[in-house]
Amino acid sequence: MAERIMMKGNEAFAEGAIKAGCHFFFGYPITPQNEIPEYMSRRMPEVGGTFIQAESEVSAINMVYGAGGAGARAMTSSSSPGVSLKQEGISYIAAAEVPCVIVNVARGGPGLGGLTPSQADYFQAVKGGGHGDYHMVVFAPASVQEIIDLMYEAFVTADKYRTPVMVLADGLLGQMMEPVVLRDWEDLQIPEKPWATTGMVSGKPQSVINSLGLAPEELENLNLRLQKKYRTIEENGVRYEEDGVEDAELIIVAYGTSARVSKSAIAKARAEGKKVGLFRPITLWPFPSKRLAELAEAGKRFMAVEMSAGQMIEDVKLAVNGKTEVEFYGRYNGAIPSVTEVYQAIIKSFDNREVQK
Amino acid sequence: MTLEAIFAGFGGQGVMLIGQLLAYAGMYEGKQVSWFPSYGPEMRGGTANCSVVVSDEPVGSPVISEPNLLVAMNRPSLEKFEPMVKSGGMLFYNSSLIHITPKRTDIEVIPIPANDIAAELGNAKVANMVVMGAILKKTGIVDLETVISVLKKTMTGNKAKLIALNQQALEKGMELVG
Amino acid sequence: MKQVFGYPESLQTRPNHYCPGCTHGIIHRLVAEAIDELQVREKAIAVAPVGCAVLAYNYFNCDAQQAAHGRAPAVATGIKRALPDRIVFTYQGDGDLASIGMAEIVHAANRGENITVIFVNNAIYGMTGGQMAPTTLPGQKTTTSPYGRDTATTGYPIQVCEMLSTLKAPAFIARVSVHDPKNVLKAKEAIKKAFEYQVNGKGFTLVEVLSTCPTNWGMTPVEALKWLENNMIPAFPLGTFRSLEEVSK
Repeated sequence: MAERIMMKGNEAFAEGAIKAGCHFFFGYPITPQNEIPEYMSRRMPEVGGTFIQAESEVSAINMVYGAGGAGARAMTSSSSPGVSLKQEGISYIAAAEVPCVIVNVARGGPGLGGLTPSQADYFQAVKGGGHGDYHMVVFAPASVQEIIDLMYEAFVTADKYRTPVMVLADGLLGQMMEPVVLRDWEDLQIPEKPWATTGMVSGKPQSVINSLGLAPEELENLNLRLQKKYRTIEENGVRYEEDGVEDAELIIVAYGTSARVSKSAIAKARAEGKKVGLFRPITLWPFPSKRLAELAEAGKRFMAVEMSAGQMIEDVKLAVNGKTEVEFYGRYNGAIPSVTEVYQAIIKSFDNREVQK
Repeated sequence: MTLEAIFAGFGGQGVMLIGQLLAYAGMYEGKQVSWFPSYGPEMRGGTANCSVVVSDEPVGSPVISEPNLLVAMNRPSLEKFEPMVKSGGMLFYNSSLIHITPKRTDIEVIPIPANDIAAELGNAKVANMVVMGAILKKTGIVDLETVISVLKKTMTGNKAKLIALNQQALEKGMELVG
Repeated sequence: MKQVFGYPESLQTRPNHYCPGCTHGIIHRLVAEAIDELQVREKAIAVAPVGCAVLAYNYFNCDAQQAAHGRAPAVATGIKRALPDRIVFTYQGDGDLASIGMAEIVHAANRGENITVIFVNNAIYGMTGGQMAPTTLPGQKTTTSPYGRDTATTGYPIQVCEMLSTLKAPAFIARVSVHDPKNVLKAKEAIKKAFEYQVNGKGFTLVEVLSTCPTNWGMTPVEALKWLENNMIPAFPLGTFRSLEEVSK
């Protein structure tokens, strides 16, 4: 087995990106993700890359737009209020089809909010955030190792589909340490990017990175192309993990930190004979709706566990489409549900079921 | 076995450090581990704490709601976390600085005069290592040798000369509960 | 037959959309000539703004990225850092650069990014229909200062060159005008110099070009050129504000 080293989640975002061939980082300080720019400022010179502490999150995302448009693997990272500031840039990047990666180590909101972990940026990440009909691919890691692995996936996906990709975590994942194995990816070939603005050297036709479509049909064509791409990603890009769903009566649907907490709570409830399983979306967009629909068809009940007032649950309900019950347990912005609380919510769900019978 | 520990104290008492030390040692022994700190403004002085899980199984929640081991290096930490300790769990508290007695009777309460012993060793900063020694002896979760090898890996340069002192503190702590 | 006049290679041979009498066309040409003369067209990457020059990528015969309003210097930073041997320039108006994009321009200048900024100042928002700009003159009527710009509540025109010249990093900062042939030639000289600086890796360069907007000023093209000369030049003195060569003297 390769050597395990201890790493903080935030450092894993940074090293994971470098291992994935990202040599351009543009960021701005905000808690709880500061270890990412700090790590990058140290590491980028070592690998011949570029680190810029931008004047704002707005500038940082636009530097990513420039570098990504010029063909580089580029990224930025921030936390919730800072990611709000990046939305204009993300919309442009999605429209101009520039591959790049955005990390959100989310914290509680709305407004300035707090510094503690939160999952309340789900809507912003998967439903748009910026203006216009666009999507980002959104990955949700649940461990430090998965952060490393998904950073690679994120850059590959971004290049493959010419799309912005978000890796959405929260302050807990950013701050925690776990052992990881660092891999040198074998297929680290950055694909040819003939569309990139690298100059009209040796007769290369003009490349224009653009999101403007003044003529209605021109803009509609751009949107039709984007939507076609999104359908392809939905077809091929869904990722999820299941644990004990086959015999489960109740399935907890949770991602990231909530999934970690739920896993422990489920183990506790299982030990008491409760038939409960875990369904963990790894891509939040595209959402694993098809699989959830199958599970609903098989009669499973669901409970969404989130660190928000209930955002992902809307996608769960859409997938389940009224076939079975979808419950919710959440702690709002900034509070992490405890194992005990989630366990009690599971027990209560089973008890209510008994009463109904 | 799964150890779910909370280490708590003032900033500067080295609770984050011994939490990390335990996590690293667990990792080097091939176990599954996680370390999660309290963070944000509270780390600029005031109280600090971290949660450490060391297990033979993959770690579920890195946030611990019912620790089976608590280290309280000061009184506010004892008062805050004592009620959370799982029945049958262990509570190590720094009796040099905490002059109240824990109330719980369903857990094993282990007073450690950590600062006094550290002072005897000539450096108040190793109070945390005294507690660490006691934990090693009581739980057997990782070996002393592993912990010392972690210290050797991490304390380099100027700090290397402090390894012997830290080892002494660890051994003192082990003797105390032996 | 000998051709005596034509398009510079760095301009595409398509008619532009600018209003009659607007000086954007002249400025585009000067930029294109400078790029041609320095033989860097194949290496040039333009960053288009939001504003009248949003479609600049249709006119410059080089690669281009279109930036969000005010963000061109940040986009150019990203491109230049990824491709340091390419010649990267932004083409921005006064609303874009001196209002919504003030942070981006100041910090790109302060980092000494090795890019060239062509800053077209016509004292008004052209594309959106003639609203007040940060460079609108005191008393000047616009659609959002219908009684004339009131300095008591809206402040004074921002002098971008002077402001950026307080920074240490920039290599070349100059203000020129295109209201008559003599000044057009001077403008060309300054623009070429700015690109030359970039080619030689000297750092941040900016040329502010005083320009007209006959449509939104409500004037004929000739009146507009006169108005520029009589009103804008006193408010925005022409000259070189920063030149590394002069500093070193």
